[in-house]
Amino acid sequence: MDRKIKVLLAKPGLDGHDRGVLVVARALRDAGMEVVYTGLRQSPEQIAEAALQEDVDVVGLSSLSGAHGHLLPAVVRALRERGLERVLVVAGGVIPHQDIPQLEAAGVRRVFGPGTPTADVVDFICREVRPAW
Amino acid sequence: MSWGGDDMEETERRRVAEARERWEQKVLAPLMANSPEIRPAFRTASGLPVARLYAPDREGQREYLEGLGFPGEYPFTRGVHPTMYRGRLWTMRQYAGFASAEESNRRYRFLLDQGQSGLSVAFDLPTQVGYDSDHPLACGEVGRVGVAIDSLDDMELLFAGIPLDRVSTSMTINAPAAIILAMYVAVAERQGVPLDKLEGTIQNDILKEYAARGTYIFPPGPSMRLVTDVFEYCYHQLPQWNTISISGYHIREAGSTAIQEVAFTLANAVSYVRAATAKGLDVNKFGPRLSFFFSSHTDFFEEVAKFRAARRLWARLMREELGATNPRAWTLRFHTQTAGSTLTAQQPDNNVVRVTLQALAAVLGGTQSLHTNARDEALSLPSEASARLALRTQQIIACESGVTASIDPLGGAYWVEELTDAIEAQAREYIQRIETMGGAPAAIEVGYMQREIQESAYAYQRSLEAGDRKLVGINAFATPEEPPADLWQVEAGVEARQRARLERRRRERDTARVERCLEEVRRAAAGRDNLVPRFLEAVKAQATLGELCDVLRSVFGEYRQPSV
Repeated sequence: MDRKIKVLLAKPGLDGHDRGVLVVARALRDAGMEVVYTGLRQSPEQIAEAALQEDVDVVGLSSLSGAHGHLLPAVVRALRERGLERVLVVAGGVIPHQDIPQLEAAGVRRVFGPGTPTADVVDFICREVRPAW
Repeated sequence: MSWGGDDMEETERRRVAEARERWEQKVLAPLMANSPEIRPAFRTASGLPVARLYAPDREGQREYLEGLGFPGEYPFTRGVHPTMYRGRLWTMRQYAGFASAEESNRRYRFLLDQGQSGLSVAFDLPTQVGYDSDHPLACGEVGRVGVAIDSLDDMELLFAGIPLDRVSTSMTINAPAAIILAMYVAVAERQGVPLDKLEGTIQNDILKEYAARGTYIFPPGPSMRLVTDVFEYCYHQLPQWNTISISGYHIREAGSTAIQEVAFTLANAVSYVRAATAKGLDVNKFGPRLSFFFSSHTDFFEEVAKFRAARRLWARLMREELGATNPRAWTLRFHTQTAGSTLTAQQPDNNVVRVTLQALAAVLGGTQSLHTNARDEALSLPSEASARLALRTQQIIACESGVTASIDPLGGAYWVEELTDAIEAQAREYIQRIETMGGAPAAIEVGYMQREIQESAYAYQRSLEAGDRKLVGINAFATPEEPPADLWQVEAGVEARQRARLERRRRERDTARVERCLEEVRRAAAGRDNLVPRFLEAVKAQATLGELCDVLRSVFGEYRQPSV
């Protein structure tokens, strides 16, 4: 059980804002997780394929362009098509509060808004992926 | 440079230094023994050390004429115009654009009615990366962060009822900048406006896209050629147009310090000048049309000093290292936007106060135009009410604060001058390091700027989470609050309508003429002819932005980000 928690961080769509996702990548690594970052402009299919290839526990999606309503559920669908139902999907970025219930219903387990301490993200992932610990 | 051989001034400096020593021993030390200062050391947001007190006892101070001089004269520390805001206020230019061309057009007319003096166009992401609205990768993104422009039809709707000889227009577009500029020129032609009357700015700054902003399309080499094609075209056709807006804003938003913002922006600028010169253009001719774009943060004095340092450093680089002899080519004219990354989703009304401080710093730093952010931008695009409040914020500074009455009012303040010197010196060191790496494109290619920016961003986040840095509403004075309810949203259906319009346009145009124009673009792209006139012919034939970018992709290839 000493395998590190493995996280894929991704930027779906055309959004170029990567400050947040890069900071989260560093924070998760510092917390002992293994992190793979896809880089910009990934389609939902590419993200799901990377999650499959890398055999990750968590997919973290960053979206600041307002296209989250379309892109995030599309990533969840693409993961399910590959049998990755058990992968924990979380998101962060500029996502209006009123949109969160719809994203959660689509299978995004938690949306982290602006100003979230990275420690909260680490705690949530640890709790969800390794509940026994 | 010291105060030089002037014995009187050196004597005065020593007297002050001795008096400071006495003050520190007799007055300060006994007090500090009982009540120490709240922190062992003070620093600016960028990490520059801050002394307890600045006074005229510093060694190595610059001479006034060499370091500061007069506004409108080299080295322009005090401003680029001899009268600054006594002659003309800065341009109040709010970045806006969303959904369809019609809706953006309505917002522009609203802002002009509210006293805004220039337009600033935001394009949606598909437009920024050269995809038409019906491209698979555009799905979900059409009209989100700006207006969707597929063809000349959209551009005409965007400026309907806005005479282009009466407004100045800034357009935030980079990789396909030359194509969007061609569309603007075509609209002006249809309005009957002579091109030499067109005023405005096209961002056209591709280097910072690789380093910080992310909307690149082509590799650096052909991208630099597109940038300099615009320089050349505008020199002949659009003499009043700012051919580029070399941008530190996005570098800062991505997490850099103020010093890195100045350094990387000017390093990029040096590379554009070198590329244009290598193409055979004369720095004295294209130099005066280069413009700049900076961010303004809340660490007030550092920001004021940053603008002054950038202005002086650019003048020196242009004159001493890039061979410009035309004084107009030495001036750094800039737009400022208050820093979006400093806004909080928590207690969003506090953002109005942050924006006020940031806007004031930009004005005291001598900006030529200003965008003030709206309070709800950490949550969504601004509503009409918050867009108006943001504009009112700078109008109050302009009309009521009195800071416009005298030029560079913080000039001569001991701390501000020391900060100005420090920022210039450290930015220059960065620029020299980048030069030894082979210039900005090479430094970006190996990920140097990106890594520097990421380090700063992470250090900032850590200092916030460790509590070394306080943000009101985040890690200080936080209160439980209800999520805001009245957020502005892009209306559903925009994407479908935009696609329908595009489809109709494709059906109703002269396909053979479009094909001929695209072929001409392909030929020019593979050769050395200036591409802008070919884009102009093509957009008039209703070739779309996506079609033109596809042709360029097939000739130039596409840029792939190095993995991190």
